Amino acid sequence: MTSTTRLVVFAIAAATFAALLGAASAGIHPSNIYADFVNRVSVPERQITDAVTAVNFDIRGFDTLGEEFIMFASVLGVALLLRRQRDERDGPPVDRARGRSVPVSSDAVRILTIALVGPVVLFGIYVVVHGQATPGGGFQGGVVLATAPLLIYLAGEYGSLCRVAPRWLVETAEAIGAGAYGVIGAIAMLRSERFLENWLPLGRAGDVFSGGSVALIDLAVGLEVAGGFILLLLLFLEETLVRRDPA
Amino acid sequence: MTWLPYAVAVWLFVVGLYGVVTSRHLVHLIICLSVVQSSTYVLLLGIGFRAGAVAPVFADIPPGTPAVDPVVQALMLTDVVVEVTVTALLLALAVQAHERTGKLDPNELGMMRG
Repeated sequence: MTSTTRLVVFAIAAATFAALLGAASAGIHPSNIYADFVNRVSVPERQITDAVTAVNFDIRGFDTLGEEFIMFASVLGVALLLRRQRDERDGPPVDRARGRSVPVSSDAVRILTIALVGPVVLFGIYVVVHGQATPGGGFQGGVVLATAPLLIYLAGEYGSLCRVAPRWLVETAEAIGAGAYGVIGAIAMLRSERFLENWLPLGRAGDVFSGGSVALIDLAVGLEVAGGFILLLLLFLEETLVRRDPA
Repeated sequence: MTWLPYAVAVWLFVVGLYGVVTSRHLVHLIICLSVVQSSTYVLLLGIGFRAGAVAPVFADIPPGTPAVDPVVQALMLTDVVVEVTVTALLLALAVQAHERTGKLDPNELGMMRG
């Protein structure tokens, strides 16, 4: 198919699709019944002040379990695709760019990034553990935590990155995070309640230890997201810095 | 309720698809797919929006205050994280395609090899 025919076919299809999507959107009449219900019960019945976290990890906790395993499977797929091929070998880690030399990180960048690592880790942990009280939680905090190793790499310290976040540790953290979500749900079943039923004391709204097992799930998801993102970082860095194609 | 977010969502979807169809580079194609996906964010947040309502966080406002829909926000927040990992998976596929064939133009990757 030539590019002109492709464009013509696309133009017809896209115009039809846009018209139908527009017509469908015009027919949407948002209902606030479920939203109002969630907003009303999240504090009195779950002691969770952040209704978004209440939806994610309690009211619709089962859906989030599915989302989390989509993420787990994607990271697993990347690990599978970027594994060392039979004809490749590993060399010393060097930044490479086609047609130019890669500049070394300047002192300003090194000092700034290294100084930021501590505060970023602290902030990440803060966001993870306060998911029930304020906007935040495992997903957001996990991503914040995963930027700390990236800062170490930006400072030009690939060796330190491999020491701070060794492959086995990151993989284990991700696996434990993913598994713990399911286990927390299954514990409810052992207590002859429904899967992912909240089984810990609910505490008082606004506290760090509020929302019952939601606090635990938050930690598990934070561990999984941080582990998954750092693993992605390590895999891509290994592919670009360490792998040597057969000469 | 306004029609603007819905119009933006439709436009993002179609313009992203245009990028996918005319793409000459796999990385460009993957970013275009992210544009398509971001239209779902605009659509869902548009559905959840209510004029004059606050964010659904009752840490310093009394429960019962009119707040926007927390369900679509929860969908968004998991989806943003999941989308990044799926993009990483697609980029890993692009890396492998480049290693196997030396090409990154999807038009030149037509032939399948066993």
